[in-house]
Amino acid sequence: MSSLSREYDDLPGTTVFDADMARRGYHLNMFCMSLMKADNRATFKADERAYLDRYPMTEDQKQSVLKRDWNGMLALGGNIYFTSKIAATDGLSFQQIAAMMSGSTQAEYAEMMLKGGRSPDGNRSKSEWKNRG
Amino acid sequence: MAKIIAGVATSHIPAVGAALDNGKSGEPYWKPVFAGFEKSKEWIEKIKPDVCIVVYNDHASAFSLEMVPTFAVGCAAEFPIADEGWGPRPVPPVKGHPELAWHIVQSVVTDEFDLTIVNKMDVDHGLTVPLSLMFGQPTEWPCPIIPVCVNVVVYPVPSGKRCYMLGKAIRKAVESFDRDLKVVIFGTGGMSHQLQGQRAGLINKEFDTRFLDNLTRDPAALVGIQHIEYLRETGSEGIEMVMWLIMRGALDDKVEEIYRFYHVPASNTALGHIILENKN
Repeated sequence: MSSLSREYDDLPGTTVFDADMARRGYHLNMFCMSLMKADNRATFKADERAYLDRYPMTEDQKQSVLKRDWNGMLALGGNIYFTSKIAATDGLSFQQIAAMMSGSTQAEYAEMMLKGGRSPDGNRSKSEWKNRG
Repeated sequence: MAKIIAGVATSHIPAVGAALDNGKSGEPYWKPVFAGFEKSKEWIEKIKPDVCIVVYNDHASAFSLEMVPTFAVGCAAEFPIADEGWGPRPVPPVKGHPELAWHIVQSVVTDEFDLTIVNKMDVDHGLTVPLSLMFGQPTEWPCPIIPVCVNVVVYPVPSGKRCYMLGKAIRKAVESFDRDLKVVIFGTGGMSHQLQGQRAGLINKEFDTRFLDNLTRDPAALVGIQHIEYLRETGSEGIEMVMWLIMRGALDDKVEEIYRFYHVPASNTALGHIILENKN
């Protein structure tokens, strides 16, 4: 933990990629980075577990990748611009993984966006989420 | 002398580039997005800048976590197009302006902004999508481009105030370059959007509209916005709007708003766009 102010810890459903997360997620994110090369994408897809074992990631991090637990990856130090490279490897769009992370179907999410997106009202603090149950 | 004559701000949504590249720009979902840039394309065609400075952020393309420069200036003669996981966009390579870029580095570092000098850098959608929106699909980009890359991904990221002051230092640098060049500066990214977590899809039209209004008439009101406010009100990726303040800092205090366009949604994002001209 850093001694600096962490007001952003109160944001609901949001992981701020700060120094703690960047340290924790370094190898996870560097694995994601390797997927920018077509050869690596093919090797990863051929045997995901073996490919992940090349990186000194924690077992939790590896499991989150294997399960495509997109929020789990973020909680373990993954950064969305890095983890989205796994999505690209899977042929998923940013909107498709955004739908998964927010717990909606792609159709529901797309519909919400067409209606103007998620309102900030009721989504500014953790207490607002707690109160709505 | 070189002179910054105008500023352009625009979102740099990757799906917009993909829509254009895959021939989908006429589809009902994308048509209004591209229609919103028709006037802008006419405007820049008439202005004919000699150089564009494009302020953007790299999205784990050129910079992984191995090195994360806060402010970096591309000084190379050419910048290849990045493969972001689905192959490079089919757009022309970006030609730089090494002489002016190095001059900016020299002037701005002397002004106490410690920039990173980059001589090898692939450029991603953050830089190429704004070029596509403003210039369409030419076989070559019409002018040299100086990429200015800002870290808005790994915290701590620079403050809006620091960005605004950097804009002022860039302006001073350009004006001390001993060649008659018309320069347009782009601020890219934004507006409100959140790509991650359970709160993904957040859009704040009210904040965005106020931001656009103040960008023209009262930038001082924007400079003090703290990171937490961007995060809370505009989503985690709304923080990209600090890059618009570099563009704004490089312009006169009083500017004329030439054009504005705002559209929701473009994929996960509120697409915002504005053109500001210096009056003198």
